[in-house]
Amino acid sequence: MVAMKMNRKFRQSFVYIGVLIVLASIVVPFLWLVISSVSTRIQLTTVPLKWVPEVLNLKNYQEMLVAETGVNASLKIGLRNSVVVAVSATLFCLFAGSLAAYAFTRLRFRGKNVLFSFILLSQVMPMIVLIIPIYIIMNRLGLLNTLLSLVLADCAFVLPLVIWLMRSYFSSIPWSLEEMARIDGCSRFGTIFRIILPLSKPGLAASGIFAFIIAWNEFFSALILSSTTRSKTISVVISEYSSKVGVDYVAMAAAGVVASIPPVLLAIVFQRYIVQGLTAGSVKG
Amino acid sequence: MKSFKINSQLFERESVLAIILLIPALVVIFGVLIFPLGTSLALSFTDLKLTNPDSGGFIGFRNFVEALKNPLFWSSIGRTTIFGVSTVLTEVFLGVAIALLLNQKFKGRGFARGVVILPWALPYVVNGIMWKWIFDANYGAFNAFLSQIGFLETYRIWLGEPISAFAIVVFANIWKETPVAVILVIAALQSIPHELYEAASIDGARSFRKFRSITFPMLKPIITTLVIIKTIWALKEFDLIYIITKGGPANSTNMFSYYIYQNTFKFLNFGYGSALAYLLTLLTIILAYFYMRSLKVGIDVES
Repeated sequence: MVAMKMNRKFRQSFVYIGVLIVLASIVVPFLWLVISSVSTRIQLTTVPLKWVPEVLNLKNYQEMLVAETGVNASLKIGLRNSVVVAVSATLFCLFAGSLAAYAFTRLRFRGKNVLFSFILLSQVMPMIVLIIPIYIIMNRLGLLNTLLSLVLADCAFVLPLVIWLMRSYFSSIPWSLEEMARIDGCSRFGTIFRIILPLSKPGLAASGIFAFIIAWNEFFSALILSSTTRSKTISVVISEYSSKVGVDYVAMAAAGVVASIPPVLLAIVFQRYIVQGLTAGSVKG
Repeated sequence: MKSFKINSQLFERESVLAIILLIPALVVIFGVLIFPLGTSLALSFTDLKLTNPDSGGFIGFRNFVEALKNPLFWSSIGRTTIFGVSTVLTEVFLGVAIALLLNQKFKGRGFARGVVILPWALPYVVNGIMWKWIFDANYGAFNAFLSQIGFLETYRIWLGEPISAFAIVVFANIWKETPVAVILVIAALQSIPHELYEAASIDGARSFRKFRSITFPMLKPIITTLVIIKTIWALKEFDLIYIITKGGPANSTNMFSYYIYQNTFKFLNFGYGSALAYLLTLLTIILAYFYMRSLKVGIDVES
């Protein structure tokens, strides 16, 4: 009995040590970025390195809010562009995606399987294959360096994701609800907009948050399609800035932290949705 | 009034309603997926170079032949293979291990599971600059830490040496992508019926035996899915390479996706780049076929 208790205690402390190692390896690298962002350049470049800043330097955060010229001004515009692009792509994909998902779950029509396979395929298609013709098309349409082109490119992988997530959500709503509404004289459109979509609010929220994070983090298509300050997203601005010689580490770190705040905060607050999204998005059929 | 009635009846027909509901999605999917796929197939048989206005003529399979003869193509494929195998195996192994750990009962479990999502939520670019900064030759935290604990006499240029640069890209990918595996495996663990473990306990099975006879067999499907989807992701890896190494030093981190990017958008060789991209597409489609089969989709859509 005593031996078993000892054994359990031993095992429990083993678990805590393991968890601590996992959490530290996740948090420490990011924490260093946060610490760097509030340090002074002089402190970061002293050898041997001092790990804890003596004074809190919030200059870069303040400048990102007010700057009119220079790197911080580009970061400010980039941040705004990222918000516009990610929000528009999310809203459009929620709209188009949930209607399509409804058709896939509830309606019978020809070519459904083929179409659905195409949509799944687009979820795994490498962006590099699509971006070459998309670049040429956007160039011809005169849409290069516009936010619209970035939104459209984002839809290439956000839309399939929303369709996939909403499909699994709609499947969980019982048929009988719809049938009752139909018997009461509700039209098909009426049932979709008055019964199904209101019932699917949690599903829409989960897909929306998931879609926003994916769209916000997208880098490759934005890198190719935008080359002017006016149209660059925050990711593109940071990537360019970070490859310059003699880069200001503090400013770079601060920009990185700011770019991480929206997705990281959403992911932590809506942890449940993210878990749902990830599991429905790649496991369930 | 009469025509309105006919219209509304038409809406009640399932196939018509389906088309209406699918139109917005189909327009986008056609515009950014199907049409581009067709266009790049056509481009891959041309010698289109953006630097040369006379280019763009049909040259048959020459781009593909050129790719297969190019040693840079093969070395990028080789590096992608090493990258893929090392990241996928590590991520799946770590994913299962961390999921098993986070599935134990302990205080703060919900918090720990929340923190695990952080790398997944971090933008790729931020992940890139974070590691680039940590492994910086002059002021990086890695150099500082190693020298302060006495492991290193002088600072080293980690990103300037082929092997360590490659290892850093692998490491950054593992750090970023493992959480997805953890979350999926936790979900799979939670779906294992508890009775199985109880029955095994009554039969006197010890922990390891339970893992071998219950947990592992039940995790097999999700492990298969993870291996396939992560292989597809590994083939696509671009962002980290672009931010951290730009394919260098001396091409040591120049993997397939980056090689395509270089040929297309740096050398502006759109024909050759499209041919390369199509080779990647074929590879992805083959993997995606197995991926969909592992999900058993397509078969049960109709039911």
